Amino acid sequence: MSNKDYKLTIGIECHVQLRTKTKLFSGALANLKSEQPNIAISHIDLGYPGGLPVLNKEALKLAVRAAYALNTQPQEFSKFDRKHYFYPDLPMGYQISQFDEPIILGGYVDVYNPATNSYFKVNITRAHLEADAGKTIHPANTSYSLVDFNRAGSALLEIVSEPEMHSAKEARLYAEELYLLMRHYGVSDCDLYWGNMRFDVNVSISKTNQLGVRSELKNLNSFRSIERSIEYEMKRQIEDLESGNRLVQDTRGWDDTTGKSYRLRSKENADDYRYMPEPDIPPVILNKEFIEPIRLSLPQKLKTLRTRLIELGLSSSVVNILFLANLNYDQIDLNLILNRAAKEAQQVALWIVNIQIPLLDDPSQNKSIVLDLTSQDKLFKILYKIYLDQKISSTNLKVALTSFLQLKKLPDNIEQALLQQNLLQNSNQDELESAVCKVLEDNPKVVLDIKKGQDKAIGFLIGAVMKLTKNQANPGLAREIVIRKIYQDEQ
Amino acid sequence: MNSQTIEALVTQIKAGSLSVLKLVEDCYDKIEAAQSFDFIIAETKQRALERAKTLDQEIAQGKRSNKRLFGIPFIAKDNFLSYGAKTTAASKMLANFEAPYQATAITKLEDEGAICVAKSNLDAFAHGSSTENSDFMITKNPYDVTRVPGGSSGGSAVAVALQVVPFSIGTDTGGSIRQPASFCGVIGYKPTYGLVSRSGVIAMSSSMDTIGVFTNNIDDCQLVMDVMSGQDPLDSTTLDSKHKIVYPSLPSKSSQFKVAVIKNYLDDAVDPKVRASFNVFVSKLKSDPNIVLCEIDLQSLKYALAVYYVLGPAEIASNLGRYDGLRFGYSNPSDSIEETYLSNRTNGFGAEAKRRIMIGTYVLSSGYYDAYYKKAQKVRTIIVDNFKQAFLKHDFLIGPTVPTPAFKIGQKTKHSMDMYLSDIMTVAANLAGIPDINLPIDRANNLPVGVQIMANQTQDNQLLAFSKYLEGKI
Repeated sequence: MSNKDYKLTIGIECHVQLRTKTKLFSGALANLKSEQPNIAISHIDLGYPGGLPVLNKEALKLAVRAAYALNTQPQEFSKFDRKHYFYPDLPMGYQISQFDEPIILGGYVDVYNPATNSYFKVNITRAHLEADAGKTIHPANTSYSLVDFNRAGSALLEIVSEPEMHSAKEARLYAEELYLLMRHYGVSDCDLYWGNMRFDVNVSISKTNQLGVRSELKNLNSFRSIERSIEYEMKRQIEDLESGNRLVQDTRGWDDTTGKSYRLRSKENADDYRYMPEPDIPPVILNKEFIEPIRLSLPQKLKTLRTRLIELGLSSSVVNILFLANLNYDQIDLNLILNRAAKEAQQVALWIVNIQIPLLDDPSQNKSIVLDLTSQDKLFKILYKIYLDQKISSTNLKVALTSFLQLKKLPDNIEQALLQQNLLQNSNQDELESAVCKVLEDNPKVVLDIKKGQDKAIGFLIGAVMKLTKNQANPGLAREIVIRKIYQDEQ
Repeated sequence: MNSQTIEALVTQIKAGSLSVLKLVEDCYDKIEAAQSFDFIIAETKQRALERAKTLDQEIAQGKRSNKRLFGIPFIAKDNFLSYGAKTTAASKMLANFEAPYQATAITKLEDEGAICVAKSNLDAFAHGSSTENSDFMITKNPYDVTRVPGGSSGGSAVAVALQVVPFSIGTDTGGSIRQPASFCGVIGYKPTYGLVSRSGVIAMSSSMDTIGVFTNNIDDCQLVMDVMSGQDPLDSTTLDSKHKIVYPSLPSKSSQFKVAVIKNYLDDAVDPKVRASFNVFVSKLKSDPNIVLCEIDLQSLKYALAVYYVLGPAEIASNLGRYDGLRFGYSNPSDSIEETYLSNRTNGFGAEAKRRIMIGTYVLSSGYYDAYYKKAQKVRTIIVDNFKQAFLKHDFLIGPTVPTPAFKIGQKTKHSMDMYLSDIMTVAANLAGIPDINLPIDRANNLPVGVQIMANQTQDNQLLAFSKYLEGKI
């Protein structure tokens, strides 16, 4: 049995929870992120008699942003429909969704593959707005179930891809790209822990160009589980076929602990949701006055940004870290890198990744970056010059940057301030020579070792010089002097 | 007979010559006296008396108020969510349901000083044309207790016919205000779809449900509709408030009324006595110099009832999905979730609701959707266009409201088709979303006969102006 005989085909439906303050059709709070059940609910979310859905305009705006994120435009005309089924977490007996006239039709995602520094394209079939259901909880060893309606009625955008991915890795990269896009365009918080992005993955295998019988893996909520479950599912389907069985279209769950998928229900008979136009919500007609201000407020395209950063010489892993940090923190702005020449940009990017981001990532340090972006830009410019002139050690640079970023205002003369704080390097030949002499005198045994050929010990002596000069010595210069002195003595 | 208008009553109350408490207590005396008509499900007595006392105090303290329904008692059909009593929809399913909020229509009336004194009987969930489908009681016709008051807003129609209150409110999805108004000899008004908010009203068929009023004169009708109509942020299908009904009427632009008699509503199915009364009415219009009268043939109307009984049940089946007994309503849990659904819904719903859920589920099912639901939608569009064309030439269309006077209790309960046919001339206005009014014109063997007058969408003010014009003449 060989995998190579089978072609794997994957299509992904992604439920993105929109970043709205209130729910899609009621005034109850959305995106609550609370473990306490049933505290963000209204009579509409609970399906009480007489309650009518009223469309959240903010959700509509975010869907428009999503359309542009997916390289298309929102539909001028779309409408809502009722999708009927009975389940305790669906209070009205129907989900309000969009059936035949969704807000987004078409579009595509350019998915970046960092391993090859190239893109592949995944086409989007459609994306529609819908209300989320509540959450059913089955407590262990009880005869009852509990329902939490906090999530019921939250605004979702379901993004449906064409079935045109052909490896688990591709599927994962697509999901990750979608994550970046939705955050970059401000469509969703994409908090995976709170289920802000949930993936239904359709997997089929075939030896011909005709698609095989597909299984749908439901509710995956991590990129890793997408990749793993597809790999497992491909193997399972191949084994099933090779042992002479007929595959059955089904819906499956994924157990991340055992690393196995399991059947939830067979889909031999298609579900009948009895779709019906939603009579309580008039069709959505998007005119230019609504769309234009949104279009004009869009950020630069993710692909453009990434290309520019790569062109500046940044590695794809640094770019990815920067993207996420830029999304997570207001204090980080990619323009601080983009507006610089290549060498300087690379250096500033490293400072941001190695110094600034760890500072923000670790709230236990109780340090926050309060310096505004204009001042940050100025600070980076001056520090880069000092760095180029080799006037500061990397240790001191970190100290300096860390402390400046926590200021509201920069000192008028940065170099002066660094000097006063004894953070600049000493390149004064005389002072350094006397420091080196002192160190050599104090460490005759080490000097002897070096003379015997143990070059590594030079580092120890330089360390001692740095210590003696309180890190102000230029380490390169110190090294030169140390070597010269040792071999001078020999002569 | 108390024939004073609401405006006159309010003037007396504000002048201190009429006590609100007395007015409200009188209502309860009248309800008590009329108990045998079985038109009230629950009184909202405590709340009503408290509100009455508060209003009386305001007058005693010399406070001035510009509330237009100051101290006026009214009765609401029991499918309006309201405080002061349970809201049941006359169904076992909601027998113990306490409304957590009030319908916008009720709130607007209360904001103008009106006082809800009781909740009236209806066909459960407003499914019916006789008020016999109530799970609690069968309401009797004020003119003949062996006959039905019509439905589904039968209780509200009876309340105004018996002059218990100056006005009552109801809902009209296929004739549920106009038909009982016709059977009980009162004015019944169904506005343009979307003119009054549906928020807080138990939904039947959302695309056709309207909220209207029963009164004994046009002024009262117009005043109450003025208060209730207007855009509501809680109902996105409400129309811009520029279309709202205003009282008193704005001066009419034209002094001529172009009226067409709908020929299709005068076939053999119409009772001879109703036809005779209608013909007398038409002859009065003919002789009126301000009225240009002609006839119109609206072919699509013959499909209206069929379309109504496909689209209506589809929306009903959907709207009733929420009544599963898990969060509110009738609950008789069983071992599994499936059995619990089955138990709650089987026992909570009456036969008519179940019939409509089955029809509605069927017409939306895959394989039948195109043949029933989709086709009915297309025919609905044709009916809407037909009316639009008609209103290019005519201001108003008229016909009898119901083919017969009130029928006997039990006469049509065996065959639901017979019952459905009672709506044959009223459902079209709901499919088209146009305003329609029932005016009492005659008695046939002491049973009221009514005429309906339809106008184009949003022409409610013109329709009421014309009704006012006719009021003195019929």
